Amino acid sequence: MFFLRMVLRNAFRHRLRTALTIAGLVVAVLAYGLLQTVVGAWYAGADAASNARLVTRNSISLVFPLPLSYHARIRSVEGVTEVAYSNWFGGIYREPKNFFPQFAVSANYLNLYPEFVLDDEQLLMWQRDRRGALVGRQLAEQFDFKVGDMLPLRGTIYPGTWEFVIRGIFDGSDETRITRQMLFHWDYLNEFVRKVRPRGGNMVGVYISGIDNPADAAVLSREIDAMFRNSLAETMTETEQAFQLGFVAMSDQIIAAIRIVSYVVILIILAVMANTMAMSARERTAEYATLKALGFGPRFLVLLIFGESIAICAIGGGLGLVLTWPAAKGFGLAAGGIFPVFQVSAETAAWQAGSALAVGVLAAIVPAITAARVRIVDGLRAIA
Amino acid sequence: MSVPVGYIARNLWTRRVTTLLTAGGLALVVFVFATVLMLDAGLKQTLVNTGEYDNVVAIRKGSETEVQSWVYRDQAAVIETHPGVALGPDGSRIASRETVVLISLTRSGTDKPSNVVIRGTSDSGLLLRPQVKLAAGRMFRPGSSEIVVGSGIASGYIGTRIGDRLNFAQRDWEIVGIINAGGSGFDSEIWGDVEQLMQAFRRTAYSSMVVRLKDSGGFERFRADIDIDPRLAQEVKRERVFYSDQSRALSTFINILGLTLTTIFSIGATIGAMITMYSAVANRVKEIGTLRALGFKRREVLLAFLMESMLVALIGGLAGLAGASLMQFASFSTTNFQTFADLTFGFMLTPGIALKTLLFALAMGVVGGFLPALRAARLNIVDALRAS
Repeated sequence: MFFLRMVLRNAFRHRLRTALTIAGLVVAVLAYGLLQTVVGAWYAGADAASNARLVTRNSISLVFPLPLSYHARIRSVEGVTEVAYSNWFGGIYREPKNFFPQFAVSANYLNLYPEFVLDDEQLLMWQRDRRGALVGRQLAEQFDFKVGDMLPLRGTIYPGTWEFVIRGIFDGSDETRITRQMLFHWDYLNEFVRKVRPRGGNMVGVYISGIDNPADAAVLSREIDAMFRNSLAETMTETEQAFQLGFVAMSDQIIAAIRIVSYVVILIILAVMANTMAMSARERTAEYATLKALGFGPRFLVLLIFGESIAICAIGGGLGLVLTWPAAKGFGLAAGGIFPVFQVSAETAAWQAGSALAVGVLAAIVPAITAARVRIVDGLRAIA
Repeated sequence: MSVPVGYIARNLWTRRVTTLLTAGGLALVVFVFATVLMLDAGLKQTLVNTGEYDNVVAIRKGSETEVQSWVYRDQAAVIETHPGVALGPDGSRIASRETVVLISLTRSGTDKPSNVVIRGTSDSGLLLRPQVKLAAGRMFRPGSSEIVVGSGIASGYIGTRIGDRLNFAQRDWEIVGIINAGGSGFDSEIWGDVEQLMQAFRRTAYSSMVVRLKDSGGFERFRADIDIDPRLAQEVKRERVFYSDQSRALSTFINILGLTLTTIFSIGATIGAMITMYSAVANRVKEIGTLRALGFKRREVLLAFLMESMLVALIGGLAGLAGASLMQFASFSTTNFQTFADLTFGFMLTPGIALKTLLFALAMGVVGGFLPALRAARLNIVDALRAS
């Protein structure tokens, strides 16, 4: 009890200094948490992707489509339960900055995505309307879309102004699902392409296949790719997760930079904290000598200094940790849907607490050693 | 008379550990700040180098990038024969019909594929881009399955050395040369013969059309003519504008991310400076009293402490800038969200950035040092001299 009181008294002897240090710690822990969450949000798409779905695309690159005739052939592969297909539409809603993904999808697409929950009646309404579109809940909330609204898009890949009617709004089965996208009928798109380019059309962006057993994913992928080897459009099949990770990897240097920077902020606060502890210890050299003269051993002094450092870091880190959730919420809203899923993971919180603790320990090492070593006579003579 | 600078500097030296830690914190912030500015400058430089002022790019209306665009053969002929297009040394028009597609290649160091631009071009294409020079090997021969790779591709991707073969579109393409495009976006591209690539990819339309204008001022006229021609569905842009439009999102992203980070970090470092300066004041109350008793004015004491703080910040700023200048040897490559293709660019340190960075460091020093300096200046002489 005495020890604890002494630690706290020491910590708050210089109120202003301690308050500033704690403020610095709060900022750093908060920044670290947000940066790690940004990195996590990048992977959100891949995390939510399934291992039980395969994505087949043109092996040259995603820009090249695949013929519609592959549909029946992929479905004939043993172990594949259902095959859907989709095309990236790439339309602009009013302004380029309002970007959201739009897919032209086959009629059975939603069967493969049980994580998108849609009212039966709305599903029926969508199926009946050729120009009908489905939007996710997050998207609907961002632009205030309602069922029955017109949704005009300016095509970039498919020129012209497209008008869709929102027939349904789907929800995610849980909070981590990204529902910031729009789906509409592939047939509607194909009709247009065939009108503009009579010899074109009947081309599909990617095939998505549901499989019986996720363990067979590698074998089935190879089997599908083997079917189309040496054809005009060779394929490349991988699990949906690997497919999504491929997108993440494209900006991996940005992610790496954010990661490095998130460690830099810990280093900055380490410098600040170490400075605070060094100053405090230096000022108290005479006191430490007095304590030694009174019979307290070097171990007591070491514990005292570590205790003070860790106490300050615990308060700063704790405050920063608690503030991370509201800050993440605000940041997610301010980013306007760039990160559809922006949630602080338990892992991030653990790292925040761990680094605050580490800063506390590291900052105390040098002052503690100095205090433990100081000779009583020198210490009593010391002037801060 | 002001407090001598020697006094200020020696105070810092007496508390070297504290000075070093504070300057270290500031240096890290300055490093991040400078790196972000350098990255953005590098990106801009790359784009400016990519476009020639008198070159004009025609893409299909509504398409944002060359990959999404198409120009049919008859349309290409119409654009090429416009009287505003310059004539080359051999009397033919300087106009290049190009096909641009993406292929995925594996980046070295990872096993993940990235999208790379492969551009079909011709002799005129080379004439239009004088910044593109051959760095090794030779140029591709027209009518053959030969390709040349940009220097950014050659250093960043697996299987892209001279003599290697890339397999795509049912053909083996032999790499016969490496081009150096002077740090422009073409360093991140692969070039081959346009007709060969069109056939291999089974395309009937080109992607874009690049022409040189006869005279710079003729652009508005050229654009108006293309706009109203009922046979055409293309829009034209100056090449430089075209490339900077394409990377606007990436540039904005780097700026917003970087500046947000630096703002947050600078709070931490400023607090560090403030702690140090408060303690410097607290430890020297008697000294301050003596200075005042000697006749130094409040203003001069304030200035002395402010200078001390700024000196720490300057040390940190210079250290951070020195670290950041080493980043010039590194390059950065990432996918441009707009074109969906990989773009490699460097960190560029300009005098403007160096100045901005040092001013930023000094600003942190001023903000961190002002309140402590004010406290020092406000001390009462008698009380200060009596302080233990």
